[in-house]
Amino acid sequence: MRVISTDDIIAPIREAVIQANYDLGEDVIQAFQSGLEHEESPVGKEILIRLIENARVAAEERIPMCQDTGIAVFFVELGQGVSIVGRDLNSALEEGVRQGYEEGFLRKSVCHPFTRKNTGDNTPVITHLDMVPGEGLKIWVVPKGGGSENMSRLFMLPPSAGWAGIKERVVQTVQEAGPNPCPPTIVGVGIGGNFERSAILAKKSLLRPLGSPNPDPELAQMEQELLGEINKTGVGPQGLGGRVTSLGVHILMMPCHIASLPLAINIQCHASRHVKLEI
Amino acid sequence: MKTTYHLETPLETNDIETLRAGDQVTVSGTVYTARDAAHRRLLELMDQGEELPIPIAGQVIYYVGPSPAPPGRVIGAAGPTTSYRMDPFAPRLLEMGLKGMIGKGKRAPEVVEAMVKYKGIYMAAIGGAGALMARSIKAARVVAYEDLGPEAIRELKVEKLPAVVVNDTLGNDLYVEGQKAYRVASV
Repeated sequence: MRVISTDDIIAPIREAVIQANYDLGEDVIQAFQSGLEHEESPVGKEILIRLIENARVAAEERIPMCQDTGIAVFFVELGQGVSIVGRDLNSALEEGVRQGYEEGFLRKSVCHPFTRKNTGDNTPVITHLDMVPGEGLKIWVVPKGGGSENMSRLFMLPPSAGWAGIKERVVQTVQEAGPNPCPPTIVGVGIGGNFERSAILAKKSLLRPLGSPNPDPELAQMEQELLGEINKTGVGPQGLGGRVTSLGVHILMMPCHIASLPLAINIQCHASRHVKLEI
Repeated sequence: MKTTYHLETPLETNDIETLRAGDQVTVSGTVYTARDAAHRRLLELMDQGEELPIPIAGQVIYYVGPSPAPPGRVIGAAGPTTSYRMDPFAPRLLEMGLKGMIGKGKRAPEVVEAMVKYKGIYMAAIGGAGALMARSIKAARVVAYEDLGPEAIRELKVEKLPAVVVNDTLGNDLYVEGQKAYRVASV
């Protein structure tokens, strides 16, 4: 049995939320570069150049790349051989967020649904916990902005809709979102499971570094096909017209009920922030 | 490269009515920040016949909720938020003489119509380029609704804030035109 104190979790979480918001991943910057090669629209090219510049300015000046520093989402893989001591895990994650958002001058973007009163410390957080074999503790820190989350959709399709139906809904979702979710986007697709699982799969798919192939060759092929269709819509960078509407499509899939074909589409803006911690 | 038009606030109708969807602009002078929560309060005041905390006629509203200013800076990251959330409120402000809105994303038909009727324009800044946009902001102070935190109304002094005209006073829409130009027929 490995013992981990929540005190040893709070500080890394504090640093990770700051880092995620200041330092855009190299995978995304690479995708901007390769987007520049494919983009035909002069305005689209200009936008991609400005986004590369924006990432550089944020990293150098130590400020957030985007003012929407997100609601804090965590994917946690907790080894069954780990005992967490101190406080409970979720409150440790919240304490890390509380400290990081304050010290890093990150915007607190969480409020009451109706009164819209800000909670003041960017909590509560959204935690997805998986128990896994072993004595490891892995935490993916994923601040998620509101603009792209608002353009995400979930469909409970009839099984007869099949792959054609899925393709249609994904492309339609991206097209209807247009400029709103800050394209070029990354499109997370969750297929199967049930209502809530499909949404979690869609979001989890975004943890994979951009540009890395899906380990499942069948899904990799589906991703390429979807990306090709999405980039025919003409939405382009910032929705102002162009070829590079999305930088990538990521799919996670699992079996589902014989009556269902759940499909969730989680749109991620170009400020795709994810930091992986191993504690 | 296309000409960039320079706008100095406050604006008059003749400053903007020759601009067309797709024109690159830079904005300098005072602009006011407001998101949906602040808009709601402004309209409530209007309904009650009360005076507003900021001038509207001739002004530009920037849809932004900046991140906090670290020491030594006037503001944190300050890119545009999605504009459709302000659509229920925008026509009444245009009627009062609002000349410009800066945000990102599509506007409702009612807002586009109000821009034609009352002569206002909608400009898009680059969504997600908050660090870069902050460089055009030279001063910032909260002028109303401090309790809203990031959603408070701020008076910003901006210098050559870059944007592109999306909706002009003739009802043109750059999002529609731009996307049409690059759409591949099968979609």
